[in-house]
Order: sequence, then C-alpha cells, then structure tokens
Amino acid sequence: MHIFANPARFVRLADKIMPWAVVVFIGTLGYGLYLAFFDSPIDYQQGESVRIMYVHVPAAWMSMFTYMVIAVSSFVALVWRHPLAQIAGKAAAPIGAAFTALALVTGALWGKPMWGTYWVWDGRLTSVLILFFLYLGYMAIWQAMDDEEKAGRAAAILALVGSVNIPIIKFSVDWWNTLHQPASVMRLDGSTIDGSMLWPLFMMAIAFQAYFVIVFFWRMKLEIDRRKIAVLRLQEVSGS
Amino acid sequence: MAKSGMKTRKKQRLLVMITGIVVLFAAVFLVLFAMGKDSLSLFLQPSGVQERQMEPGRHFRLGGLVAMESYSKAEDGLTHQFTVTDCVVDVPVVFKGLLPDLFREGQGIVSEGALNEDGVFVATTVLAKHDENYAPPGTMPTNTDACVHPGG
Repeated sequence: MHIFANPARFVRLADKIMPWAVVVFIGTLGYGLYLAFFDSPIDYQQGESVRIMYVHVPAAWMSMFTYMVIAVSSFVALVWRHPLAQIAGKAAAPIGAAFTALALVTGALWGKPMWGTYWVWDGRLTSVLILFFLYLGYMAIWQAMDDEEKAGRAAAILALVGSVNIPIIKFSVDWWNTLHQPASVMRLDGSTIDGSMLWPLFMMAIAFQAYFVIVFFWRMKLEIDRRKIAVLRLQEVSGS
Repeated sequence: MAKSGMKTRKKQRLLVMITGIVVLFAAVFLVLFAMGKDSLSLFLQPSGVQERQMEPGRHFRLGGLVAMESYSKAEDGLTHQFTVTDCVVDVPVVFKGLLPDLFREGQGIVSEGALNEDGVFVATTVLAKHDENYAPPGTMPTNTDACVHPGG
C-alpha cells in the first residue's frame, strides 16, 4: 500500500502501464466496434437497435466502477491521508461523469424506439441520474474551496456518503418494479445474452476499461505535476 | 512516542469511518425497505390493483404481461384492446393510440391510465417493457408459456 502511495513510484509505474493500455484500447475498440456494427446478429425483438447495447452496457458498468474507484480512494484519503489517494479521486471524477452521461444518453436513445419513451422515473433510471449528480457535486466541491486539503476532504465525504447509491443502482431492478430490464450478464444463473452478442460486448467492456486506465493515469500525472509546480512557485516567492 | 500517536490516530479515524459508513448504509436501506416495494415501484401489477381495490378514475401505472390471444384491434385501427396479467389476476385494457414496436402478446408492458366503472383500465400511454433476453432471430422461443389462458 505504502509503496504505491509514493508519487514518483506511481509515475514510473503509470508510464510503464499506459502504452500497453493504449495498445489494448485501440485493439479492442476497433475489433469490438467492427463486431458490434457488422459481425453480430440483430436481436429477435429489438432488431438493429440492439447494437446500442454494446456502448450502453459498458458505459453503465464503468459509471459504477469509476464511482467505486473514487469511493475507495476517498476512504484511503480520509483515513491514511495519502495525497495520491486524493489525487486519484479527483482525477477519476470527470471520467465517471462522462461514462454516466453516455449511459443515460444511449439508454434514452434506445428507450424511444423500444419502450416508446426516452425517460421514465423508475428505480434504475432515477438512481443512475442521482449517480450523475453525485459526480457533478463531487467535482463542484473540489472547485468551490480554495484550500485543497479541505476541498479534498469534503469531496471525499460526499463520495463515501454517495456510495450507498451503488448497490441501489445494482439491485433497483430486483427490489422494485421498473421499466428497465433486470441484469442480463451479472446474474447468478448465468448470462441471458446469446454468445454471439456477449463476445462483442466483452470486447467493448475491455476497451472502455482500457480507456479509463489511460485517461485516469494521465489525469493523475497531470495533477501531480500541477501540485509540484504550485510548490515550486511558492518556494520561488518565499525565496526572493 | 510520536509515531505510536500517529498510529492511534489513524486507527481511530479508521474506526470512525467504518462505523459511519455502516450506520449510513443501515439507515438508508432501512428507510428504503420501510417505504416498501409499492411506493418505490414504477407500476402496480394486476394482483396489486385487486389488493388495493383501486377506485375508478384514480390515475396509476399498470404493469404486467399482455395475455396470449387477448389482443384485438377495433375497426378504427387505433383502438387496441388486450388483457394485462401477472398470471394470477387479469385486467382488461383499452388504449387509443400508437403502440410501441416491442408490444406483443406474452411480453411485458407498463401503462398509464385509470380504471373506468366497468373495471376496464383506460390507458393514456402504453410502454413496452423489454426483458433481459438478447438473442439472434430464431434462437429464442417466443414467450408462449406466459399465461396462455387468461385467468387460467
């Protein structure tokens, strides 16, 4: 744990991982999109609209995964006060917000032709919208306070309080009657998606994950540099 | 001395954080379950409609499966009649308007409207509910076992 908390060591590790993540991202995204658009069957009921699923489902998974990254980082930042953990949460938030927005928009675009409406206020859709607002709130707190240490702590507490929403999103379709369908892949009795559609979905999920790793590490490195510059500026001012 | 002091403070923070999170989760989930399934659900199923004895004219959402062999279209080509069932209770539905593409017998729908004096649900909107199955054409059995005989 402490080994990775060292920023210099983190940067070295990130520099090693990022080129590989780029290769994986380009490979799986290209192959995944080809499969999703050209080499996967239409659905017996949804027809061509099923292809939206290959973007919607990975985006929705990543929206929750990214939030968990922020929640765990926030916990570590609050208990052990590791600056790197704080940086991780700050770096991940806009990526997670983008994934959530993508899931909401693609879901609405699928909903109109399939359900007959862009939006309903059911348990799943509403809890994901709340997730989006949590991301916005988290980012707003970082921006709102001048003292970074205090801003980070306040944002971390919001992130941890909001983590209660994650199981609600996951189980909303089981606990309550919703318009959104129940889970197809992450269920105990096996996937209800045909193999010919599961494979492209899997490719896209890896591509999204690789994209996250690239942008996440990149943003963390930027934040580390920004903080270094701030310290140097401060030294310059006090030195002169 | 200072080092062990740091350790105790970290331990204390850890304890406070874990307790806080556990209490928060417990509180939220207790509230959610106290509110109950009905108040947080998008729609009522036919059994729920019967249980609550919804009076005519009261607006609510009805959800369930479109019973097999229950669908018919009136001569104007716009008025649809079908039965929504949860395999226990049936509710007859009448709807004037365009049905979504996924609407078919044996599939789920969510509909907004109110019961009339004859116990028929007069719908203002009908949304199709997609299930969790994804498959190429021909490989999925069409849902024929979903309450083949309405009321049976």
